[in-house]
Amino acid sequence: MKVVLRNPRRELDIEGDASVKDVLRRLDIIPETVLVIREGELLLKTDRVADSDTIELRPVISGGSR
Amino acid sequence: MKCKVCRRPAAIEIRRHHAVFCREHFFDHMMRQVERTIHDLEMMQPGERLLLGVSGGKDSLALWDILTDLGYQVDGVYIELGIGGEHGYSSSSLQLAEQFAKNRDLNLRVVDLAEEYGYTVPEAAAETRRVACSVCGLSKRYVLNRVAFDGGYDVLVMGHNLDDEAAMLMSNTLTWNVEYIGRQRPVLPATGKGLVRKVKPLLRIAERETAAYCVLKGIDYEVEECPMVGGNTGIRIKQWLNVLEDQRPGTKQQFLFGFLDRVSDQFATVHQEQVDLQECPNCGQPTTSDQCAFCRLQIRMTERD
Repeated sequence: MKVVLRNPRRELDIEGDASVKDVLRRLDIIPETVLVIREGELLLKTDRVADSDTIELRPVISGGSR
Repeated sequence: MKCKVCRRPAAIEIRRHHAVFCREHFFDHMMRQVERTIHDLEMMQPGERLLLGVSGGKDSLALWDILTDLGYQVDGVYIELGIGGEHGYSSSSLQLAEQFAKNRDLNLRVVDLAEEYGYTVPEAAAETRRVACSVCGLSKRYVLNRVAFDGGYDVLVMGHNLDDEAAMLMSNTLTWNVEYIGRQRPVLPATGKGLVRKVKPLLRIAERETAAYCVLKGIDYEVEECPMVGGNTGIRIKQWLNVLEDQRPGTKQQFLFGFLDRVSDQFATVHQEQVDLQECPNCGQPTTSDQCAFCRLQIRMTERD
């Protein structure tokens, strides 16, 4: 599967299919810090991602002065 | 996973509430949380004029959308900070804010820091050798209040969320900055001439939820990070809190609401005892020193070579 990361934008390839939870664990990303998006739809941690899918891991942490 | 309300397929899980919602019931949940916060903390009264600080990010646009759906009439103000040049971060954020306002027929006022005050945030950071977030925060706080006051608004509405407030509290607690802790309130009353009441209706909403709300509602928001934010302490503290949250969901909410419900009044007393406000001779805004920090910055920027 193709995994698109942001800030800075980059892409990773992960072989095979996996659950969202496993993808995040493999990349050492805390689920609370991202949205996982496939074709404009949000995925839940139990959803499966196929080898042919592209998913975006979109960070949700905003920083700077508030 | 199924929605806890209607058992249809779920769109989002909120672990600290032990809840899973479909798209429609997630929108309901967000509206109820905001409505409850406004009502319980008496943030605004019927007939009051409301101005929202809009950045083009997920929090301010989600809040504008929710408040509008709740029936509030809210104008927005965007501050063009001059970050990233002509086609950079500030101008893309502005485009997103303008598009949102146009699509919903809402009023958005744009204040260009360079045109109205003579400097941009990158210029001020370079001149003062302070971190950009420091001069940016000072500029935004001043200009937002100024626009609200001069425009005759009763309330300045801000998009600070649960993560922002928990991180701020953690930061100030780690250094025991009792003055700042005393100032951390979801409703900051207009305590002096020239000040407008400031409220934070997203207090119960985590930032993952405002981002999810925007994606599910089809709201385009600024996803890119501010290019000047590198090394920002607030982001690091949010990451630490998210490690705790992951191991024990609800930690951020317990930390923040435990403070607000049980101890914040004691710190507020400390803060009030220390504050002696007077008018800035330059702009008339309240300040604790001879001249307000914003005027000092603006004068320095005006007098630079």
